[in-house]
Amino acid sequence: MSNQVYNTYLLRLADDTLILGQRLSEWCGHGPILEEDIALSNIALDYIGQSTNVYKQLASLVNDGRDEDAIALTRMESEYVNALMMELPNGDYGTTIARQYYYSSFYLLYLEQLKNSSDHFLAGFAEKSIKEVKYHLQHATDWILRLGDGTPESHSRMQHAVNGLWPYLGELFHDDETDMEAVKEGWGVSREALKTAWTNRVNAVFAEAGLTVPSEAWYHSGGRKGSHTEHMGFLLAEMQFLQRAFPGAKW
Amino acid sequence: MENQALLERFQNYVDAENKIEAKDWMPDGYRKTLVRQIAQHAHSEVVGMLPEGNWISRAPSLRRKAILISKVQDEAGHGLYLYSACETLGVERDALIEELLSGKAKYSSIFNYPTVSWADIGAIGWLVDGAAIVNQVSLQRTSYGPYSRAMVRICKEESFHQRQGYEIMIALAKNGNEAQKRMAQEAFNRWWWPSLMMFGPSDSASAHSGQNMAWKIKRHSNDELRQKFVDMTVPQAEYLGLTIPDKDLKWNESTGHYDFGEIDWTEFNEVVKGNGPCNKQRLQTRNKAHEEGAWVREAAMAYARKQEERQAVSAA
Repeated sequence: MSNQVYNTYLLRLADDTLILGQRLSEWCGHGPILEEDIALSNIALDYIGQSTNVYKQLASLVNDGRDEDAIALTRMESEYVNALMMELPNGDYGTTIARQYYYSSFYLLYLEQLKNSSDHFLAGFAEKSIKEVKYHLQHATDWILRLGDGTPESHSRMQHAVNGLWPYLGELFHDDETDMEAVKEGWGVSREALKTAWTNRVNAVFAEAGLTVPSEAWYHSGGRKGSHTEHMGFLLAEMQFLQRAFPGAKW
Repeated sequence: MENQALLERFQNYVDAENKIEAKDWMPDGYRKTLVRQIAQHAHSEVVGMLPEGNWISRAPSLRRKAILISKVQDEAGHGLYLYSACETLGVERDALIEELLSGKAKYSSIFNYPTVSWADIGAIGWLVDGAAIVNQVSLQRTSYGPYSRAMVRICKEESFHQRQGYEIMIALAKNGNEAQKRMAQEAFNRWWWPSLMMFGPSDSASAHSGQNMAWKIKRHSNDELRQKFVDMTVPQAEYLGLTIPDKDLKWNESTGHYDFGEIDWTEFNEVVKGNGPCNKQRLQTRNKAHEEGAWVREAAMAYARKQEERQAVSAA
């Protein structure tokens, strides 16, 4: 197995979950109802926990003196390889729910395959994370139904949200050289192969919610190569502030 | 007018250290005081999420970020079960929240101070949660059963909160570099006096104390609890190497307590009146979240109604 491919694979997993966790945690104290402050914080915590485990693993493999925090919190923007969807601003509650639904419905399918990875760490990571992501998906699905099939306003906001995020989905399902190498070596997951199961699931839920599934094929990409949206710089400026202001300090 | 015999029976029951439960008869004044106090406590938890939440996105490490999210999340949980405790007294959560949002209801003034550095997160955990614990340990023995039980549960989580705050302070003030030590001292200077103010007016000036003590809603006076907090906290500050921002603070051999300087009651009263550094900002933030969430709550209700109707139809 190529170390470079494996490390990149881990980094994408860690960055996806860290950046989404960072975004979700912005809701803490600002949710539409206290129960949702709790639910979204819970989900954010799961993501940050998942990313921490992967960064730790990465730190031990790279072994260049950086710990998980140095990797997570001190890289340059172009070194982050999360999918673009994760870094987008939260928007209204419907937009946050749409992203949660899109991502967790993809992520659960992905983890269910990753569980069978020949790589011990990834298989264990998937096994543990599946339990959490099942809950995330349940939570997002419940809200897709409530908001899609709630009031005329919520329906229109929800449709707007799922349309707006649709062009960021393609990146999640794209297999690039890293993914293909990982699949070939038997420890990675083909993202494209998840598409049919995912489409069936989303079609069913959207139909129940009265939402139209967007059909546009074109999608934004670049995150996997470190090419980000304008939003990423601000996210990192906040997230990295203390690490950058006090290099090497212990907290 | 309330029946004198009932009042006496109630008092005897409380005097015998029995807990009052939701369905028991209670004097109107008792009910009103409890609703006010528990609601204030609930609002404090909810507004208290804001100053700490302010640093979630900037927490300095993954571990600190996770701990802070989990702490603020606990506060939302405390808010929820305190609102539930209020509901046992016949007041709906929506009505209480309306009072918070309109500015009619009070919450702990401490959350009207800003968190300007990471050390403030440590100071809040250590001092503010520390002061809250002193108060809440005492309230575990409060005469109203649901409130007392909520306090037992909350105290367990608060002691974790205080430990994480103190741990942040150790990292900064004891093990940190010069800049971190300065950050810790500055935060301590900011939070020391407001923490002492958390116990409320001195006993001589406290409006509600007498009756509340008789009903055993309150078990210790404001000044007793404040002294307990000072005695507990001074050695902790010394261990951290921090200077207490009070020139009158000294150990009193004869009383076995620390003497401390006079609280700035003008500041206290101004913050209570709404003139603290963040009163308006906190309420605006709560109102904004509430307004922006209105369509979500309406949709959830509409969906629940539709589901009920569908079930009724399919059952028919």
